[in-house]
Amino acid sequence: MDPAKSSEITNTGYGKESMAIEPFRQTLATHSLKLERDQTTTLQINMGLLCNQTCRHCHLDAGPGRKENMNSETADQIADYAKRCSFEVIDITGGAPELNHNLSGLIERFSSLAPRIMIRSNLSALNDGKRDHLFDLFKEYGMVIVASFPSLNQAQTESQRGTGVFSMSIAALKKLNKLGYGADGSDLELNLVSNPTGAFLPSSQSETEKRFRQVLSKKWGIVFNNLFTFANVPLGRFRDWLLKSGNLDKYIEKLSSGFNPCAVEGVMCRTMVSVSWDGYLYDCDFNLARGLPMGGRKIHVSEMAGPPESGSPIAVADHCYTCTAGTGFT
Amino acid sequence: METYYKPEDLPKFEEIGKEAPDLADKFFDYYGAVFCEGELTEREKSLIALAVAHTIQCPYCIDAFTQSCLEKGSNVAEMTEAIHVVTAIRGGASLVHGIQMRNIAEKLSM
Repeated sequence: MDPAKSSEITNTGYGKESMAIEPFRQTLATHSLKLERDQTTTLQINMGLLCNQTCRHCHLDAGPGRKENMNSETADQIADYAKRCSFEVIDITGGAPELNHNLSGLIERFSSLAPRIMIRSNLSALNDGKRDHLFDLFKEYGMVIVASFPSLNQAQTESQRGTGVFSMSIAALKKLNKLGYGADGSDLELNLVSNPTGAFLPSSQSETEKRFRQVLSKKWGIVFNNLFTFANVPLGRFRDWLLKSGNLDKYIEKLSSGFNPCAVEGVMCRTMVSVSWDGYLYDCDFNLARGLPMGGRKIHVSEMAGPPESGSPIAVADHCYTCTAGTGFT
Repeated sequence: METYYKPEDLPKFEEIGKEAPDLADKFFDYYGAVFCEGELTEREKSLIALAVAHTIQCPYCIDAFTQSCLEKGSNVAEMTEAIHVVTAIRGGASLVHGIQMRNIAEKLSM
């Protein structure tokens, strides 16, 4: 590394084990860019860190042993907040949101509050045989399902998500297809998300979508609407794995060297507010994982009269390079 | 340990243009164009490159195209099969020359 450059570098927050990179904030300044909120159209709700899987790429360190799970009081406060605002999209995530007992009630309340309600599913929690009523509920309320499906290869999938997950995912997708999800002419939208199964960047979205469509249809008769490829964020369990496997420095260098100034305008945090299982607000789920609250202080959803103001600054740190590498992360 | 092959040399590849920039420009333009999507996808081209890298036993190429294959959505099973394809061709190329051996031996033998 150029010694002159290293003197400008501050603590990146990635720890001593990681190489120093130019702080994200400084990179924005170098390109005369500011990351500010636009009009907030999406409310993202993190139901908690409880999950039936222990995925190695999880930025939240979610898993079966986690106790952080949204209670009914917070669920009510979030539903009241959604009523005070006119969000276009409500995006429910976790952990595995299916494991939270307040999920059904929230979906029923949200259905009249936003035209598009999405749920992020790992598929195995949905199809574990204990929650079949959720399939019908999702269909009844026209929920958009965003399902994790990293790879067409069983070994790759299970190296990221755990043994047995591949066949469980295939079974769940078939069940959703049977209900009409992903089918031509159906209003029930089924989208897949593919995260890389290691310390490398995602493949081209359009090429991957084309190949997944072809192979899923040919091998299992599965159909879907869209596929999104997202880079893994070097936080939580994924960061621990990067560190342990000796990939952390190179991965972060890859993300920062791929900084695309044009991607800044389209990053999701500009139009989203993310609320945690305990009701506090963040600019995105990654800042939630990192403990960087919106506006630099913990604000509870019950204190908010409306959506966050346009033009207010977004909390940034070096994990933000994930969303600005290449074509970006929306 | 000292070695002729150093991973940190791979990103310096473009330095080869310092003494002959016109030729290097032509090469890198061509190289870039070859790997763009055409009749073959970028993923398929990376798999071919990975396989050839094993045939020419270039550690730089193996490093670069292993990463490229993963980033373009290939899995290790596909990458391994691609290597078997070139291994079969390489082995077959040796073996098929056995026919020359047989022809010569037949001519010389009673």
